Amino acid sequence: MTRLSGWGRFPVTEAKVLRPRDEGAVRDALRNGPVIARGNGRSYGDSAVQARGTLDMRGLNRLLAFDPDTGVVEAEAGVMLGDVIRAFLPRGWFPAVTPGTKLITIGGAVASDVHGKNHRHDGSFGRHVAWIDVMDGEGAVHRCTPRDNSELFRWTLGGMGLTGVILRAGFRLRPVTSGWIAQEMRPAANLVEAMEIFETSDATYSVAWFDCLGRGDRLGRSLVMLAEHAERDQLPSSKRHRPFHVPEKPKRRVPLDAPAVALNRYTLRAFNALYHWNGSRKAGPSLVDWDSYFYPLDALLEWNRIYGRRGFAQFQCVLPLISAREGLTALLDAIAASGQGSFLAVLKRLGVQESAFSFPMEGYTLALDFPVNPASLKLMDRLDAITLEHGGRFYLAKDSRLSGETLRAADPRVADFTAMRAGEGRARAFASGQSERLKI
Amino acid sequence: MTDTVLILGGRSDIGLATAHAFAALGHPVQLAARDAAALEPEKTDLELRHRVAVTLHELDALDVAGHADFVAALEPAPGIVVSVIGALGDQDADEEDHANAIRVMRANYEGPAVLLACVANQMAARGRGTIVGVSSVAGDRGRATNYIYGSAKAGFTAYLSGLRNRLARQGVHVVTVKPGFVATRMTAHMDLPAKLTAQPGQVADAIVAAVTRRRNVVYVKPVWRLVMTIIRAIPEGIFKKLSI
Repeated sequence: MTRLSGWGRFPVTEAKVLRPRDEGAVRDALRNGPVIARGNGRSYGDSAVQARGTLDMRGLNRLLAFDPDTGVVEAEAGVMLGDVIRAFLPRGWFPAVTPGTKLITIGGAVASDVHGKNHRHDGSFGRHVAWIDVMDGEGAVHRCTPRDNSELFRWTLGGMGLTGVILRAGFRLRPVTSGWIAQEMRPAANLVEAMEIFETSDATYSVAWFDCLGRGDRLGRSLVMLAEHAERDQLPSSKRHRPFHVPEKPKRRVPLDAPAVALNRYTLRAFNALYHWNGSRKAGPSLVDWDSYFYPLDALLEWNRIYGRRGFAQFQCVLPLISAREGLTALLDAIAASGQGSFLAVLKRLGVQESAFSFPMEGYTLALDFPVNPASLKLMDRLDAITLEHGGRFYLAKDSRLSGETLRAADPRVADFTAMRAGEGRARAFASGQSERLKI
Repeated sequence: MTDTVLILGGRSDIGLATAHAFAALGHPVQLAARDAAALEPEKTDLELRHRVAVTLHELDALDVAGHADFVAALEPAPGIVVSVIGALGDQDADEEDHANAIRVMRANYEGPAVLLACVANQMAARGRGTIVGVSSVAGDRGRATNYIYGSAKAGFTAYLSGLRNRLARQGVHVVTVKPGFVATRMTAHMDLPAKLTAQPGQVADAIVAAVTRRRNVVYVKPVWRLVMTIIRAIPEGIFKKLSI
C-alpha cells in the first residue's frame, strides 16, 4: 500500500499501486477491479487514485511512430508530453495544445482532455487526437477514432479514465519554425479592461494573471499575456542559426513543506504587488523560450509543497460568455471579501467546443489555488454556488472536493455519462476516488 | 564522441536506460539480447527520441562458444561496450537446485567475462575503446542471503579489475560499476529501502559520466561505498554470526 494523492496533496489515500509494463500486465490488473489508470499524478485531486487498484501507467512509455508529413505522433499512454517536445521540437514540431505543465502523460492529456492558452483558436487536446486504444473491463482493446467506435472515442476524451484504460494514442503536433515565443504583456487595471483585451485580441495564446485582492475599480487587476510562436526570421541573428536550441536552466526544488502561516494574506499581498510591478515594468513585446513561457512552474520542482503539509485545492470553473463578466465579478468579490487570496489566479478565454464530457465551453475560465483549511473549503463551496448561478461548470482534473449534487446541477451531460458507464460493466471495472465521491 | 555503443543485455531496465542516455548524446546503439527481434519497439522508441541508428543483435550470454563470432560480426565495431548481463536467482531455492545455481554463476560471471574478453581483444588490437561492466556490491563480501549471486559478481569484479590492469597501457579503458539496489523488473518483488535504491536512469547517468571522465570503479549511490567499506571491515569471527 502506498500513500497516494493528486498534485494538490489532498486528499491522501492508502492505495494499492500496480505498475504494468505492457498491455498484458494491464489486462491482469483488471481482474480484481475496480481500477483507475494514473499518469504522472498532475491532476489535482483524487481523479487518478483508486484505493483498490491504481495503475501507474508510466511504465508504458514508448514512442511508437511519427509521420513527418502529417505531424501525427503515436505513443504509449505513459509517454510524457515533455518527452514529446524534447524529441520533436528539434524537428520543428510542438504540441498543438499544452496545459501549464509538460510533466503530464499523453494518457492523462486524453483522459482530462486538457486545454491551453490557445483554446479559443485550437480547441482542447482532443481536437488533435487521431485515435485512441482503449482497454475495456474484459481486457479487450478497442481502437477508436472520430469515425470508428466514435461513441467510445467521444466519451474517452475528457472521460477521466472512466471509460477504460487508455493504452496508446495518435495525436497531431503543430509545425513551428523556432522554439521561441513572441510575448506581449498588457497590464489591465480591472476585469473589464482585461476582458476587453481578450475580446479584441487575435493572438494565438492569451492568458491573464489575476491579483485576487483588488477591490472596487481595481477588482480583476491583471496582466494579460498575448503570444505567438516566433518565426525563425523574427529571431535575432545570434539565435537564428539554431532556432530550436534553448539553453538549459537550472532546476530548483522546494526543499520542504512550508508552514501554513507562510501563506497568509500579507505575504500574498506582497507577492501579488511585486508580480504586478514586475509585469508592468516588462510591458510590451519580448522573446521568451518555450519552456519559460509555457511551463514556468516546471522549473520549480515540487512547487506544490509551498502550500504546506495539508495540501491545497484548485478551483477551476468556466462561465458562458453571456454571464462571464457578472459571474467573474461575483467570484472575485467573494474571494476578496474572504481575504484568502490565491497564489495562482489565472483567467483564460475559451472558444466553442462540442464534446461529450470535456470541461471547456465558450466563455471564460478562472483557476485559483487555495491551501486546504476549513475557511478555504467554505469559500470554495460559495464559489461553487456562484458558478451555478451563472450557468458555469467545473474542471474535474482540478477538483478534489466538489459534491455530486453540485456537479449534476452544473452539467446535464453527467446523467448521460453515468448511463454510459452503467453499460458494459464500465462502472464496476473502472472507478476513481473522484468518481466514487461524485457518484458518476 | 559518437562511438557506437553496444549494450550486452539490451532488454534489461538498466541496459535500456543506458542506451537512452548514450543515444541522447548522439551515439548509435547496438542492443544485444535473447529474442532480439522482440526489441523492435524499443529500437523504434530510441530512434524516434534521439534520431540515432539502432540495431538489434541476437545474443545468448550463456552460449560462450558463440561469443567470438558474435563480437567479430558486429558492424561497425563498437567503441563503447556496456555489459549489464546478470541474473539474480533465488538464493534459498538455489542452495538445493544446483543446476539453477550454476546458471546464476554462469550468467553473472562466465558469460559476460567471455564476451568482454572477445571485446577486449578486438579493442586492444585497435588500440582504443571503453568497456563497462555492471557488477554488484553483492560481490564485495559473501553474505548468507545472496552468496551464489554475490560470488559470481565477485569473480566478475576481479575479472574487470584484471582486464583494466591489462589494457591500461593499450588505450582501452575499463569501468566497474556497482549499482547497489536498483528499482527494476528484476527487483520488483523486493521491498527495497528508498535511500539506498537507485532508478535505472541514475545508473545510466553514472555509466555515461564514468565513461566520459574515465573513472575506474563507480558506486552509483555514494552511500554504498561507505556501507560496503564497513561491511568489508567487520572481522570474520563477528561477521559469520551476523544476519545482514
